[in-house]
Amino acid sequence: MINQSDILQTIQMIERENLDIRTITMGISLRDCADPDIGRLCDNIYQKITRTAKHLVKTGQDIEDEYGIPIVHKRISVTPIALVGEACKQTNWVPIAKALDAAAQEVGVNFIGGFSALVHKGYTHGDRALIESIPEALACTERVCASVNVGTTKAGINMDAVAQMGEIIRQSASLTAEQDGLGAAKLVVFCNAVEDNPFMAGAFHGVGEPECVINVGVSGPGVVKSALEHVKGQPFDIVAETIKRTAFRITRMGQLVAREASSRLGVPFGIVDLSLAPTPAIGDSVAHILTEMGLELAGAPGTTAALALLNDAVKKGGVMASSHVGGLSGAFIPVSEDAGMIEAAEKGALSLEKLEAMTCVCSVGLDMIAVPGDTSAATLSGIIADEAAIGMINQKTTAVRLIPAIGKSVGDRVEFGGLLGHAPVIAVNPFSCQAFVARGGRIPAPIHSLRN
Amino acid sequence: MKKAIVTVIGQDRVGIIAEVSVMLAGCGINVLDISQTLLQDTFTMVMLVDVAHITVPFAEVKRILNDLGERMDMSVRIQREDIFQAMHTV
Repeated sequence: MINQSDILQTIQMIERENLDIRTITMGISLRDCADPDIGRLCDNIYQKITRTAKHLVKTGQDIEDEYGIPIVHKRISVTPIALVGEACKQTNWVPIAKALDAAAQEVGVNFIGGFSALVHKGYTHGDRALIESIPEALACTERVCASVNVGTTKAGINMDAVAQMGEIIRQSASLTAEQDGLGAAKLVVFCNAVEDNPFMAGAFHGVGEPECVINVGVSGPGVVKSALEHVKGQPFDIVAETIKRTAFRITRMGQLVAREASSRLGVPFGIVDLSLAPTPAIGDSVAHILTEMGLELAGAPGTTAALALLNDAVKKGGVMASSHVGGLSGAFIPVSEDAGMIEAAEKGALSLEKLEAMTCVCSVGLDMIAVPGDTSAATLSGIIADEAAIGMINQKTTAVRLIPAIGKSVGDRVEFGGLLGHAPVIAVNPFSCQAFVARGGRIPAPIHSLRN
Repeated sequence: MKKAIVTVIGQDRVGIIAEVSVMLAGCGINVLDISQTLLQDTFTMVMLVDVAHITVPFAEVKRILNDLGERMDMSVRIQREDIFQAMHTV
């Protein structure tokens, strides 16, 4: 029989340290749903999703029951809708978002990702129609998430799209101002977006993916923090080793659940995403791992180094535990969704500039950050451009999910509730980048993209 | 054979093993191995069981054991064995 202390350790991880599978995400290709008539297109989409994902939630619950491991979310990602709707001549695509929302509700998933466009090199008609529909689509649906990829290391940065996304973020927040700008919390602007990301709001089912696939996102910042409590004051070699060992265990569980879900649903297994994804719950914070390493608060000098070590050790530990690793894989640092990050932002330890530095070494970017309601679209675009540049040059995914808190200013608070949490509004550099953003065009791909 | 692990943790008292065993037998579960320790007053028991021939759905077994745990003021859990194998063996 397995060692009794190992069994009890697993139970403790689940019961006290919030170990869970964050999401089982079913990727569904909608490429065969295309139709020039938007009504028929919506019908095709609804039918395909409800047919393919019929058993997703029930299967997730069965696995949760049998293995005793919480599976927090069951979600769906679909082919970027800009591709699926390309043939439609109609330019208002809100009905497609509503069809996605209805399908998600019918199968019981809490989010569906893929109201997306990939415009890193330029726009097609479909891309334009989709992007212009985003603010209304997010305001009138509950579960739909949108994303737009504006740059890649290979293609450079599409500054026209960067300029437009500043406007789109503002409109998304304005249309949902009564819910503190919730629309903007469901919209991600990417550089180097990945095709198999299971995490929302940025999930979509990439064009290189199969008909249907199961991707799993693990979590467990609380487990890592708890493991580090046993090596207080020890050198970083020990810290890194401890994180690796913990990440290995967490990922093994993710791999098991992914395999099991894939076999029960008769859908191929795609990847395990090795991300440490926090929630606002106590004991489920990435920032508290950083403070456990010896920082007073996240954002104190040393934070970027601590996060770099954490992100790297998570990958090293996890990669051997899973046959296919993918998605974003690393540590997430969303401000509003992490108790330690919220505290650090409230006490002034975290500035937007420090967060930007942190995104150079973690798996995503400026995530769930509330900025003053009077922040201009151009300033939002400038922030997106900076973040995309970090991704492009460093050949990594970066993302921006900013929430302009309409009618609020620095020190006020936005409240989304649930997993999206709450956040203080933090200051944005007041100097203008209007003329910079207005130039448009493309920032060329960096020299190291020429690898052939 | 389809194995699962039953864990029982809580304040020690008379008849814990008996009550859990009766409940398991009622669900068609065969006990393969038991290990038990007493640390101060905390009773910890780990049972390896075979759930290949259960007479009720797994979720129901889980509910029955959970109810039993509440009655005994202890934590009684059942989980498929694979999860522990996966996490602790390479």
